[in-house]
Amino acid sequence: MTTAPAIELIGISKAFGPVQANKDISIRVMPGTIHGIIGENGAGKSTLMSILYGFYKADKGDIFIAGEKTAVPDSQAAIAAGIGMVFQHFKLVENFTVLENVILGAEDGALLAPSLRKARKDLAALAAEYELNVDPDALIQDIGVGMQQRVEILKALYRHADILILDEPTGVLTPAEADQLFRILQRLKEEGKTIILITHKLREIMEATDTVSVMRRGEMTATVKTSETSPQELAELMVGRKVLLRVDKTPAQPGAKVLEVENLKVVDSKGVERIKGISFEVRAGEILGIAGVAGNGQSELLEVLGGMRRGAGTIRVNGQEIDLTGKLSDARSRRKDGIAHVPEDRQREGLIMDFKAWENIAFGYDDDEAYQSGILMDNAAIRADAQGKIERFDVRPANSDLEAKSFSGGNQQKIVLAREIERDPDLLLVGQPTRGVDIGAIEFIHQQIVALRDKGKAILLVSVELEEILSLSDRVAVIFDGQLMGERLPADTDEKELGLMMAGMTGEET
Amino acid sequence: MEQLPKWADLVVVPLVGLILAFVLSMLMVLATGHDPMEALSLMVSGALGSSYGWGYTLYYATNFIFTGLAVAVAFHASLFNIGGEGQAALGGLGVALVSLFIPWPHWSIALLAASVSAGLFGAFWAFIPAYLQAKRGSHIVITTIMFNFIAASLLNYVLVNQLRPKGAMDPATAKFPAPTHLPSLGEILNGVGIPFAKGTPANVTLLVALLACVFVYILIWRTRFGYQLRAFGKSQPAAVYAGINPVKITVITMMISGALAGLMAINNVMGEAERLILGSVEGAGFIGIAVALMGRSHPIGILFSALLFGALYQGGAELGLWTSIPRELVIVIQALVILFTGALDNMVRSLVAKVLIRPKRVEA
Repeated sequence: MTTAPAIELIGISKAFGPVQANKDISIRVMPGTIHGIIGENGAGKSTLMSILYGFYKADKGDIFIAGEKTAVPDSQAAIAAGIGMVFQHFKLVENFTVLENVILGAEDGALLAPSLRKARKDLAALAAEYELNVDPDALIQDIGVGMQQRVEILKALYRHADILILDEPTGVLTPAEADQLFRILQRLKEEGKTIILITHKLREIMEATDTVSVMRRGEMTATVKTSETSPQELAELMVGRKVLLRVDKTPAQPGAKVLEVENLKVVDSKGVERIKGISFEVRAGEILGIAGVAGNGQSELLEVLGGMRRGAGTIRVNGQEIDLTGKLSDARSRRKDGIAHVPEDRQREGLIMDFKAWENIAFGYDDDEAYQSGILMDNAAIRADAQGKIERFDVRPANSDLEAKSFSGGNQQKIVLAREIERDPDLLLVGQPTRGVDIGAIEFIHQQIVALRDKGKAILLVSVELEEILSLSDRVAVIFDGQLMGERLPADTDEKELGLMMAGMTGEET
Repeated sequence: MEQLPKWADLVVVPLVGLILAFVLSMLMVLATGHDPMEALSLMVSGALGSSYGWGYTLYYATNFIFTGLAVAVAFHASLFNIGGEGQAALGGLGVALVSLFIPWPHWSIALLAASVSAGLFGAFWAFIPAYLQAKRGSHIVITTIMFNFIAASLLNYVLVNQLRPKGAMDPATAKFPAPTHLPSLGEILNGVGIPFAKGTPANVTLLVALLACVFVYILIWRTRFGYQLRAFGKSQPAAVYAGINPVKITVITMMISGALAGLMAINNVMGEAERLILGSVEGAGFIGIAVALMGRSHPIGILFSALLFGALYQGGAELGLWTSIPRELVIVIQALVILFTGALDNMVRSLVAKVLIRPKRVEA
């Protein structure tokens, strides 16, 4: 090809203290293509894009945009060079309209009205050109996440971006919304835009990209044409060894009812009903997966079961009704009832990031007799206990004196799992077990959850990753707007049907 | 931000802040037409050059250890107790009531009783803001500040209308009876043959302060309550996940904090003044915030920073006594130290970080 690459990075290196986040990375993105960058968490994808977008300065290396060597000292320079970025967490003002958000930071003068008029015209043109229809006068808080993402894309296009970087764009979308996004990206590509798609999902890479670059531990390990590779090959390139993409498990042997939930209702602090009377049960030796788009009540469900929030209705564990409102409705009492909880957000809830790993192993179980020595805590006993658990769960590095924040996401999750699973609970609540966890660790975490099931324990799994739900669960229930839309056996359903249920269709309608 | 090595955070950062504060202070001394080196040497020798100076330095330091520990304990639970001033004032009331109205056979028993009373009064004064925070969400910074004013007014009322001896002109209690007089550091040290200036206010309370340091260390790092307190301080959502009761932690932590601030009164009221006067705390409650910040909320750090502030207080007093450097300038110097070691801590830290952590060159 004779055209210059839209973006060419040559020999980019970036270190944070002793950590080499990017090592001599060179990449060439051709104009009018969708270029995927895939890699595990911490592989350096985001760092690389942050350098391109002017958030970080590379220690070494050059950036060429459309063949010209370009310095990108800040994001203003990146925008001027025609680069637009859509972040994983949207940067929109909730109580502004779509139009106001689009012009924010790109106003033409001191008065808003002329800018707004011009933006309205431009937006209409953009919408027609790229089939990006959004109501310009809608408030951001009133439109769905899929729409909000479109606004982010429009913001970039309004600033004349020729190159769009999307960072994990499908994390918050339903499968149907994700498909829609990919159609939009396809359309943008046809109109000559260049798109860089950062993701850790193999499926998206295979579906949407023309070329894919794989990163591992700060290095670019390969760049291949998507049509000439396979998910298996990409996974191996990402991890550096053979990985099991499917979970190996035998059919479940459900036993007695461990968890029975009847007509559970939860009202949040603003008085909004987040769970609207749901009922289900989980038996010993089975995994019930709760599928749903984030924010439909699954967090509240885990919190009520885990004793972090109050609720109304009836919950029985091993036939014993548990306290949902009174003195025994706290997390400590739940642990005594035989419930262990791997929370959705391990960094905010599951771990104290500044505590050492051994201190975290006692977290929530600090009243354990074995940890006491008179009125003091027996730190030696906790350390010894922690070291064993950390080694059995293959936490790396296996050093319980390190602070939780110095472990990678996957190893942090292993610490939480080690703490909770080794308590031999009757019921394990697991929220987003592999969010932000690298593929190698995902495999291990899934194995541990299945192993606990095979020991005859009940497991309630909440995840926004449909693939995970389908491969781990023995039964799948779909939650939407605080209600269960229906239940399926993984063998009898597919992502399409579950996707429709996640969007609010009941099991009968699909 | 990149992390500093522990030794740099604990030693270099406060030291650099201190040096900056002194450089700036000396420039100010110079600007007022005095010799900065002379001022500096006067301050150092006045505070540390004689056992007389030490007697005052250690007295002030004892106050600051108590209030510094009070701030530190609350700080570990992410609670900002600005109310040390009021809690120490109430502690003074506790000491006065016990010392005035109960006949004690020996100072040691009186000390014990006064300590308990001072602690209880201080704890009570911290309990109300703590309860309001835990149950009603009233911000503890605001309420503890307000409680400082309430404490001042309350003491004003009690001293003027209740405890003032008939016919006395100043708002203060009568002198405490002799059995409650605490032995001074001079008396103790001379008793074991170590020469030390008599007539300085440092007294046996210093030992109580050292015990309090040990107590706080054990409480925070060795007990289950301390574990929960630190967890709560680092992340409240995580504390709820672990089943730690936020109300209980908030209230008990603040009461311990208030008790420590209250204990200060056995030093200044019982040990030094031997009666309760108005405004006896003299800002030590606020200095405690700077002491805790500079001491990194660790008892050993607090011990050293309390000593530093004690020396600064005594050195400043000497400066005012022997030179024509205005008293106000001494306050400015003290304020600069607080500013650089406390408030501007992060600025100093990023400076130190820039020097210490050079970006590592990538090998080609």
